[in-house]
Amino acid sequence: MTTLTKTEGAKAPGGPEAFLSVRDLRVRFSTEDGIVKAVDGLSFDVERGKTLGIVGESGSGKSVTNLTVLGLHNPKTATVEGEIVLDGKELVTATEKEMEKLRGNKVAMIFQDPLTALSPYYTVGRQIAEPFMKHTGASKKEAKARAVEMLDKVGIPQPAMRFNDYPHQFSGGMRQRAMIAMSLICDPDLLIADEPTTALDVTVQAQILDLLKDLQQEFGSAIIFITHDLGVISKMADDLLVMYSGRAVERGSVREVLRAPQHPYTWGLLSSMPRLGGDTAQALTPIPGSPPSLLNPPSGCPFHPRCAFTAEVSGNRCSDERPPLPAGRGAACHLGDEQRSTLFIEQIKPRLG
Amino acid sequence: MSDKLTLPKPQGPVDGAVEPLLSVEGLTKHFPIYGGFPIKRKVGAVQAVDGVDLTVGVGESVGLVGESGCGKSTTGRLITRLLEPTAGRITYAGQDISHASRRQLAPVRSEIQMIFQDPYSSLNPRQTVGTIIKSPMEVNRINPPGGVEKRVRELLELVGLNPEHYNRFPHEFSGGQRQRIGVARALALNPKLIVADEPVSALDVSIQAQVVNLLQKVQEEMGIAFLFIAHDLAIVRHFSQRLAVMYLGKVVEVGDRDSIYNRPRHPYTHALLSAVPEVTLDDGTEDRERIRLSGDVPSPIHPPSGCRFRTRCWKAQDKCATTVPPLVQVPGNREGHLTACHFPENPTTEARAEDIVLDPALAALEKEAT
Repeated sequence: MTTLTKTEGAKAPGGPEAFLSVRDLRVRFSTEDGIVKAVDGLSFDVERGKTLGIVGESGSGKSVTNLTVLGLHNPKTATVEGEIVLDGKELVTATEKEMEKLRGNKVAMIFQDPLTALSPYYTVGRQIAEPFMKHTGASKKEAKARAVEMLDKVGIPQPAMRFNDYPHQFSGGMRQRAMIAMSLICDPDLLIADEPTTALDVTVQAQILDLLKDLQQEFGSAIIFITHDLGVISKMADDLLVMYSGRAVERGSVREVLRAPQHPYTWGLLSSMPRLGGDTAQALTPIPGSPPSLLNPPSGCPFHPRCAFTAEVSGNRCSDERPPLPAGRGAACHLGDEQRSTLFIEQIKPRLG
Repeated sequence: MSDKLTLPKPQGPVDGAVEPLLSVEGLTKHFPIYGGFPIKRKVGAVQAVDGVDLTVGVGESVGLVGESGCGKSTTGRLITRLLEPTAGRITYAGQDISHASRRQLAPVRSEIQMIFQDPYSSLNPRQTVGTIIKSPMEVNRINPPGGVEKRVRELLELVGLNPEHYNRFPHEFSGGQRQRIGVARALALNPKLIVADEPVSALDVSIQAQVVNLLQKVQEEMGIAFLFIAHDLAIVRHFSQRLAVMYLGKVVEVGDRDSIYNRPRHPYTHALLSAVPEVTLDDGTEDRERIRLSGDVPSPIHPPSGCRFRTRCWKAQDKCATTVPPLVQVPGNREGHLTACHFPENPTTEARAEDIVLDPALAALEKEAT
C-alpha cells in the first residue's frame, strides 16, 4: 500500500511546535435576542500526530470552535476574531478559495450524525472519491481505486460492491466508517472529529474508536476529538481541554486532568458520572443548576453560580473578576493551587469511589 | 424539598423474595411488513420482541439494557399496554392484562406510568405545567384532599421545581427541568410501577445525575417499582437492583446487579461491558478484558436461527445455529442469575491472555502494528 504513505518530508517539522494554534478566538452570532458569545477568548495548540480532546456540555462552544477552524460559519451572521494558525497559515483572514483548498485535504472533519452528513442522493463511493479527485486531480478511475482501498481499510466488507451503495443501504456503524474513509482519503494533517460516536451503540462505538486510533498511528494525523463523554476522551486523547460557556476552564494531559482535576467544573463532571467500577451506595453528586445562557453569561467566572467553592475565595472575586487560564497545565479558577489540591483530596476524591 | 409530602409506602415484603408485581412470559411483538402490488399483503414481520420473560417485584428496580433495535423500548410499551402483544402473557398484580380491553385496563393504567426519553416531545407545548401534571388526575376523576392544584404544587416541589412555576409553559424550562415535569406527571396518580424509557439519555452529563438522583429518591422513598430502560450500562448499574440484558428481541441474561456486572456468563454481556469507555482514575493499567465485535446488530426482520448472537460470537458452534439456547441457570451461576447460552463464558471480566478482536479492519491494522 505505497500509495497511502505520504512523502515523509511534509510531515517532519523541526521539533514539536504546534501544528494548529488558536489564540484568543472569539466567535459571536448576532440573533434577534442579542449577541451570542459562543466562543469567548479561547486559546489552544494541537501538536502533529497528537490528539487533543475537547469536553464540555452542549452549548459550551466546542463545536463552534471547530467549525470556525474549517471556516464553516456564515460570515453574514458570525463575527470571528482572534487567530487560527494552521501550519504557519492564518485561517481567520483566509479567503474562501484558500479555505476550499484546505477542507477535505489538509483538514478533514468527521461529523456526529453520518446520516445527515452524507448526501442521500449520491452513492457512498462517489462521495468518498470526490475530495480525492478535487484535491489531487486524479481521474475517476484512480479515485475509485483509492476509495475502494479506503473502504476496505475502514472495514467495509466487499468494498468494491459497496462502493455503489447509497447511504441508506449502510447501517449506522458502517456509515460512520464511510465518513472516516472520506475524511482520511487525502491523508489530512488534521482531523476534526465532532462527537463521532455519540449516535452509535456502545459495541460499535468501541470498534470505531479503536479503528480511529489505529488509523491515526498509520496516517500520523493530528486529531481534535470533541465529545461530552469523559470515558471516551480518556481512551482517545493525549491532551485535554475542558470547556464551559465558550471558554476553556482547564487544560492538561488526559492523565493529569482526569486523575488530579483542578477546576470545580471538572470535579463536578467527574462526580456526576456513574462508573462501572464505582460504589453504587454512593449517590451521584450532580452539578446544581443548569448551563448558563450564552446571551447573557454570568459575570466573572462563568461557573460561579453553580460552584460550591466560591466561599473559599476571598471577596467577590468569583463574580467580579474573570480568572485567567494559565498556559500549559492549569485551570481558570480563583482558588489557590494548594487550596485546590486539598479540596480535591479531602472532598472530591472520596466521592469518586 | 419538604418532608411533609407523604405518599403511600410500599406494600408487602421488600426484603428477600420480593412478591412479583409484574410478570411477563413469552412476550412477543411482531410488527407486520406489507408489500406487493396491487394487493398489499403481509410479506414479513419485524420480530421486535420475541419471547421475553421478565418479572418485576413490588418496589424493585429492574434495569433493561441492550443496544438500539434490541426491543427494549417495545417491551416497555407492551408492559404499559401502549401496544398489544402478538403473543405471551403480561400479568400485573395477579391480573392478566395482555389483551385486556380499554375499560378493563382503566384501573391498571393509573398504577403503571411511564417516563419518556425526550422531554421536549413528551410535553404538550400548548399546556401549562399545571395542566400537564393535573390531567392524569382529571382523566381518572381523582380529587385529592385539598384540591388538584394543591397536589400539583406538592408534586412540583417533590421533584425539585418551584411550585410557583405552575402556570409556566414547558418551553420556559431547561431539558433537565422538563424531565422533572415528566416525573411529576408520572407520580401524579401514586403509581406502583413506573416504566422509564431512557429517561436521562437526552440530557447533559451534569444534569443526568440530577435526574438519576431524583428517580432514585422517588424509588426508595415511595417504594415504586421501576423498569429502567437504558443503553448506558453505568447508569443502569447505579439505579437497578436486578438487570436483564436484551439482544435482538430476546433476553440473553438476567440476574442481580453483581452477577451481571462482575460475573457475566453470556458472551454478549461480556462484549457489552468491555465496550463501555471507562475513566480510569487510579494508576493501574487497564485490567478489564477487551472484546471488539464485528459489524452491527443483524436485522430483526430475518434474525439468525438458533442463538441470535451467534453471527457475532467468537464461541459459536454448529449447535448454536440449530438450537435456541434456553434462559436457564447454567452451572456456576448464583440463584436467580439466568443465561441463555450453550457455551457460557467464565464468570469474570478480567483481562484475557489475548484480546478478542473480531472486526476484520481492526484486526488487520493491529496485526500490522505489531
